[in-house]
This record gives sequence, C-alpha cells and structure tokens, in this order.
Amino acid sequence: MSARKAIFARLKRTLDEVHNPTVRISGADQRIREANANIIPARGQTEGPARAAMFVSEAEAADAEVMRLAALADVPRFVHDILIQAGASQIKAAPHPQLQDLDWTGVGIHYGRGENSDHIGLSVALAGVAETGTLVLASGPQSPTTLNFLPDVHVVVLEEENIAANYEAVWATLRAQKTEGPVMPRTVNWITGPSRTADIEQTLLLGAHGPRKLIILLIDGKNP
Amino acid sequence: MEQISPRIGLFVTCLVDLMRPSVGFAALRLLERAGAEVVVPPEQTCCGQPAYNSGDVEDARAIAKTVIEAFEGFDVVVAPSGSCTGMIVEHYAKLFENDPTWKARADNLSGRTQELTQFLAQHLDLNEISAQFDGSVTYHDSCAGLRELGIKDQPRKLLATVDGLVLKEMDDIESCCGFGGLFSIKYPDVSGAIVDKKASNVEAAETDLLSGGDLGCLMNVAGKLKRRGSNVRVYHIAEILAGMTDVPALGEDEA
Amino acid sequence: MTHEPHCHDFQKGAADALNNDQLQELLNRTLKNGFQKKRLNGMARLPEYDQLRDQARDLKNHILDHLDAYLERFELEVQKAGGHMHWAEDGDQARAIIGDICKKVGAKTVTKGKSMIAEEIDLNDYLAEQGIEPIETDLGEYIIQLRNELPSHIIAPAFHLSKNQVAETFREHHQHLDADRSLEEPTTLLNEARKELRDRFLKADVGITGANFLVAETGTAMIVTNEGNGDLTQCLPPVHIALTSIDKVVPTLEDATLLLRLLARTATGQEQSVYNTFFTGPKREGDLDGPDEFHIVLLDNGRTELLGSEFRDILRCIRCGACINHCPVYGVTSGHAYGWVYPGPMGSVLTPFFVGIEEAHLLPSASTFCGRCQDVCPVRIPLPDLLRNWRNRAFAVGKPGGAQRLALKVWAMLAQRPGLYHVTARFKIWAMKSLAGKRGHFKWFIGAGGWTKARDLPAPQGGTFQSRYQKGER
Repeated sequence: MSARKAIFARLKRTLDEVHNPTVRISGADQRIREANANIIPARGQTEGPARAAMFVSEAEAADAEVMRLAALADVPRFVHDILIQAGASQIKAAPHPQLQDLDWTGVGIHYGRGENSDHIGLSVALAGVAETGTLVLASGPQSPTTLNFLPDVHVVVLEEENIAANYEAVWATLRAQKTEGPVMPRTVNWITGPSRTADIEQTLLLGAHGPRKLIILLIDGKNP
Repeated sequence: MEQISPRIGLFVTCLVDLMRPSVGFAALRLLERAGAEVVVPPEQTCCGQPAYNSGDVEDARAIAKTVIEAFEGFDVVVAPSGSCTGMIVEHYAKLFENDPTWKARADNLSGRTQELTQFLAQHLDLNEISAQFDGSVTYHDSCAGLRELGIKDQPRKLLATVDGLVLKEMDDIESCCGFGGLFSIKYPDVSGAIVDKKASNVEAAETDLLSGGDLGCLMNVAGKLKRRGSNVRVYHIAEILAGMTDVPALGEDEA
Repeated sequence: MTHEPHCHDFQKGAADALNNDQLQELLNRTLKNGFQKKRLNGMARLPEYDQLRDQARDLKNHILDHLDAYLERFELEVQKAGGHMHWAEDGDQARAIIGDICKKVGAKTVTKGKSMIAEEIDLNDYLAEQGIEPIETDLGEYIIQLRNELPSHIIAPAFHLSKNQVAETFREHHQHLDADRSLEEPTTLLNEARKELRDRFLKADVGITGANFLVAETGTAMIVTNEGNGDLTQCLPPVHIALTSIDKVVPTLEDATLLLRLLARTATGQEQSVYNTFFTGPKREGDLDGPDEFHIVLLDNGRTELLGSEFRDILRCIRCGACINHCPVYGVTSGHAYGWVYPGPMGSVLTPFFVGIEEAHLLPSASTFCGRCQDVCPVRIPLPDLLRNWRNRAFAVGKPGGAQRLALKVWAMLAQRPGLYHVTARFKIWAMKSLAGKRGHFKWFIGAGGWTKARDLPAPQGGTFQSRYQKGER
C-alpha cells in the first residue's frame, strides 16, 4: 500500500467515529468556500488617517524607517538621498512600471532580480497592513522575491491607499485580482521591519540574513 | 456575604493531619466563626493525589471513593489546601468517566467542595476575623489554587483584615515553588533548584513571614529557607487568620 | 549528529545543567526577563488575545475533525499550482523521498531553513551519508550544527549557549579567517555567520524548509522567520522542498491569519515576526526568481495514531514555545536534559510517543503539574492532562517500579482503610516527633533522603490532627 493510501486509511478509521466522510468533505468545502474572517482585533479595524498613522507607528516600532512622500514622482529624489547617505552609487529596482515610468535622471538605477552584489534594493509593495505595520509583497515579473532579501538595504514604495486595516483585506484584494490560475503568486511576503535574530543570548540584533535596514517610502493619499 | 449556617465537613488533608494539626484547628475555629456546624469525619485519609499523579488510577479511584463516602451528607466540604480541593473539584469526576453512578457522586461532591479561603471570603463576616499580627507577610499562591480554582484575591482580602499586618508581594509571584508532591522526592535536584529561586524571591521581599494556603508548598519553601539559613518564618494562612501564630512556625524549634 | 534518544538519562542531564553556573545564569536572564516578559507585553497590546485563543482552539479542533478532507484539498491545490506532493508514513520514507529528489538533480549542497520536522527525522545525518552537505541557515541551528548538538529549544535552538561559546565555535570552524580577530561583540558573530552563509545560500542546489502552516484553499505553505534565512532558502536554489507534517494544514488564508496573530505574540511578544513567507508551487512564467521545482513532503510519523488517542489535543500545537518558556522544570534543566528533539511540556507529551514510554517515562513525571504551560498555551492544550495520560500508561507498564512502587502501593492500601491508616499515622508521627524532640526540622531523615537532599524537612508538631481532635482538642 502506498504511504498516501495508508495515511488516509488511518485518518478515515479515526475520523469516521465523529463525522461520516460526506459530512467531512462538505464541512471542509464550506469553510474554504466561505473563507470567513475570524475575529479581527479592534486595532485591525482602523479607517482613514488613523489607519496610515497606525501603519507608520507600528512599522517604526518594528525598526523600519518610514519617509512620507507627497507623490510617486518624489521617489527618485528620495532614493538619490538614500544612495548618498549609504555611500552607494546604484540601486537595483524591481522592473515595476510604476518605477520604470519615473524620471531617474542622475540616479544609478538598474532593473532586475536581486543579486548578492546589490547593496540597495527597491520594490513596490502590493499593500501595507496597518495593524502591525506590515508590508505585503507579491512575487511576479514586476516584483522579484530576491530583492526583498539579498540587499543590505531594502527600500519599498507603498501608496497610502494601499494600506489595508488588516491582513484579511489583503487576502480579499489578492483573490479579487486573480481571474485565472492560482490565487496566490509563487511567493507572498509579509515583511515587518528589517531582518533580525536573538539567537545569541537572546540579544536582539538587526540584519541577520535579510536586509539590515528597511526603508518605506509612503506616498500620500490623493484625497486628503 | 451570604448568610448560611451550613453543616460543614472539614477535609483536614493528610499533610495537616500528620505534620501540622494547628492548621486544622485554625480552620475549625474560622469555620465555626462563620456560623457553621463543623464536623471532622474520621473516615478521611488523603485525597489520593500521590496515586493519581503517579499514574496509579486504580488506587486513586479507590481512595476517591473513600473520600466521597466520608463526606456524603455535608452541605459544604472545606479543605485548607488548594491542591487537595482541586483534586476533588477538578479531577475526581475524571476518574469515573466509565462509571455513571460514581461519576454522579463525584460531581456532587465537587459541587459542594471549597478551599478554605474561598469559603471564608464568601461566607465569613470579615469583622469576625479579630486576628492581629504586627509584621509584614508575603503570600505564595500555590499553583493548584491559583490555576485550577482561580484563588488569588480571596487570601489577600482575608489578610487585609488582620490588624497590623502588611502584605508585600514577592517577585515572580505566579511561578511554582517546585513542590509537586512526589516530584519533590523523585527529582530532588530539579525541585531543589526551583524552590531555591522561590526562597530567594521570598527573602528579597524582606518580610517577617511567608504564608500560603497549601502546607505542601509551605513545607517545601520553609525547608529551603531553613537550609539557606533564612529568618523568614512560615505559617499557613489559617493560622494567621485564627490568631495562632504563637505556635512555632514551620520548621522552627520549640522554645 | 544522530538523535539517539537518551531520555532515560533525564536525572543526569538535569544534574549537569544544574551544575553549569553559566547555563543557570543564562536561563535566569533569558526566560523570566526575556520570553515571559515579552509575551506579557505582547498580550497587553491585544485586548482580544484570549478570544483569539478560544477561536484558535476551536479552529484546530475543527481541522482535526476534518483532517483528511483538508489534506486532500491541499494536495489538489498544490498540484494545480505545479507542485509535487509526497506522502511519508515515517522518517525513513521522508528521508528517502528527499534523498531521491536531491540525487535526481545531482545536488551537492542543500541549504536548510529551520525545521523541527527535519530534526525529528534526523535528516542532516541522512543527507550527509548520501554525500549531500546539509547547511543549516538559521543562526541558532547553524551554531548547533557546527557543535554537533541537538536544539535546546524549539524556537531558540542555541538557547543554552553563551556568546563566548559561540565565539569559540566560530573560531574552531571558520579556520580560514584571521585567528586573532575579535569576536567579543554579538554583532561581530552575527556578521561573520551572515558572511559565511551568504555564499552557501547562493550556491545551494536544493533548499529545504519546514512549514508553519499549509493552506488547503490555495495549496500554499508558509514559514515564519525573523532572520530571512528560510526565505532565502525558498527562493534561491532551483529546487525547493518543504518538509512538514500533516497536522499543519489549515482551511483558508484567513485561518492561517488567526494563528499568525497568536504565534509571534505568544512566542516572542512581537506584533508579527519579521518575515511571514507564503509559497505556492514553483516559479511562474515570467518570474525573475524562485525555484523551478517545488515539492511538499508531508510526514505522518504516527500523527494519525495520535489523532485517535488520548493525546489528540497535542496536534493543536503550533510550536510557539510558550509552554517551554514558562515551565519551572525547563527553567532549571534547559532542553538537553529531555534527551531528544522536543523539550519542555510539549516535548514531554510528544517524545514518549516517538521514542516509547519505556525510554521516556521520566519525562511526563518531570513536571510539578503547576499548570502554567496550559495557562500560556495559545491553543489551550491541556498539557498537564496529557502528561498525566502518559503517567497512566507508564504506570501500566511498571514505571515507576521497585521500592517507589512498593511504597506507593502500601500507602494506597492504608489510605483506603481509615482505621488502620490513623493508627499507623499516629505511630509514625509519634516516632518522628520523638526523634525531633524540640527541634523544628531535620537535616536528614530516613526514607526522605530525596527531600532532605534539597531542603530541610520540617518536623511534625506532634500527634496527628485526628488523634488530638478525637481527644477533644479544639
């Protein structure tokens, strides 16, 4: 008997004592179909400016740096300053149209996946989650996952209107975006602050294997 | 405060019976002050935890039956121990899952049983506690009382009525003292290290007294305090509330 | 490293730990003022914490009742997303499956994200025997791999080591580096490990991670890390294998979210772990990175048997480590004394199941039943009850035996015969009191050597309560 068959036979023997197989399958199908949210804490139900404010304070509490920009067009100027401050001459950016359409005159920008030699990486977040100051990045041709982890400094562009109150809202967005094929891209990263470890005497140290620094460029919402 | 004049069965517990009868007499006095008729059935021995916690279900069940029978007919059963009360209240019924008759009797006893400070806080007119103790006390919440029965406020409320008594809480208050019944004998090194931490927290509270509601835990900590050469004296809360701190403290030499 | 269990040596392991002053200092510093305090702070920031725990418990129970249905759905969705599913009944099968995948692509090195399941099936040893070099990438796991040790904690594998010990280990194993370099600062140690491992990440042929949760709805597996190591492991090598067990499945992304709101907060007091990485199938068309091949190896290893046993509730466990962090016994023995992969209360429930109660009977009884583990568990597992179930099984197979068992039996016989009990008690207390005289405590007492080894024994007041009460004393 195959391992799969044996495992399912044992499961069936035990589980049949509670529900018959039909009830189990319909019960599971129903829960998946409905995909109901569980309890969403009050802190995950913010609206308007309070939502962005919570995102910022939570992200900062997780040691991310947040810079507020009036418009997307300001991104190159901020990146320029970040490069100067880091003593770097170029940035590796996700080949995202929102970035590619900007005027990068005077900034050394290259597009592609992350490489070990990349000191600074630039990505666009799918969303932010206010309740914990978390960024959500979804992999795709415009958003290589390696950029989220290999560079020392990760700069992420996030538009204020893409800040969701809670994680559930982001799942809903992902489901809504997808018309065919799997709902989920290859990789979805929730990122809350820069990489860290406490494995040596439980002392918190930033910059374990991922970025030592996480900078969020938060683009102000269009409707104040 | 509920006014009742119930018939109470006092479950002395084996440790009080053997090691420190004054706790039993203190409990008697306090319960009588609450207006109760108190009886100590001679058919009681132990709640059965040593067997139950060793995996000896059969003996635990037999001992539980002895206790259930001994306390049939009382309105309320009170024990000066969170651990023994927890055994009756939380665990007896589990022993009789396949025996509806005895399970019903176990459930019935469970519904009637309370730990001493639980009962007193609920039923005793606090003015009736006329005890006096001039000094500071730190209180150890034993684990079974704290987590199985939710006892935390009751002993503090009662101690607050004692003239002259100042309560000072110790650090790491919710941690176990390392007694654990037979655990203390089977794993002496581990138990000893845990109680050492508790004893040092007791000492750091800089009080005259340590009190608690479980003689097992108190013997454990008192034994450690003595071994460490500490001067902190140890009394069961019943002794303090009944004004019986004139007897030597736990582990203390007689004059 | 082979994980031969040595749980029967618990007493010796505990004694070693107790005699290790440095370890005791570390435990004191990092448990109460570290993990415990952080959890309290985290809880304080989420008023709905207890409600979430109830919901998480109910969710896990629902999953266990519908486990085959969710696993089938998960499998279907993994395959739809282009991933390969493998089922393994035990460690041997899981190792063979992983070995085959590695051999097929001619793998020389494998990077590993932290995985307790890999520890459970002793994967590293097997890979090494096959000529494949396994490289642990979690800093703690990397350190203990170099030292050829077992993890001492499920979320902090090198919990038992001081920074000086880590420095010594690095000096010994990173011999290509300047022998006189300073390794005083933890940051220096971290940077050295980061540098050493970065190259390995880039060159690995296969990446193996565990999974914290599997989402049936989408065929997604996910990992939780703070370092970003598992995350690099899942996206750099051309082949990614997620090795995990059947109890990790959840229905939907929303359900995974519920558990993620609890996991980090309970474990480390963080609002969220730094990286929660959800992966579904291999890289997609047009993707610039990600693995070409994606495999899920789903291990049973007796969990289907646990499901039908009195230990079923342990399958709710989400491996946060809170029970370990709050256990008074773990707090002085650390993890290695437990003698196998999983320490602390959850370990004392799991280990006897994997290695047998004969080998592990000391673990379930190495608990004071203080109940704090159950109190802090995010999915409300009644750990003391489960430990007790093991004690019952142990007693049934003759553990404890010898004098301990005899003494217990004699006492139990008396306890069922009140008349005889009280006579015996009176005599025993008379004898004890006579020996004590006016002394209030014994430094040593016959038959109580275990007790007096650790503390003095308070002497009895004299006379049993029952005898004094019968004489009319009030």
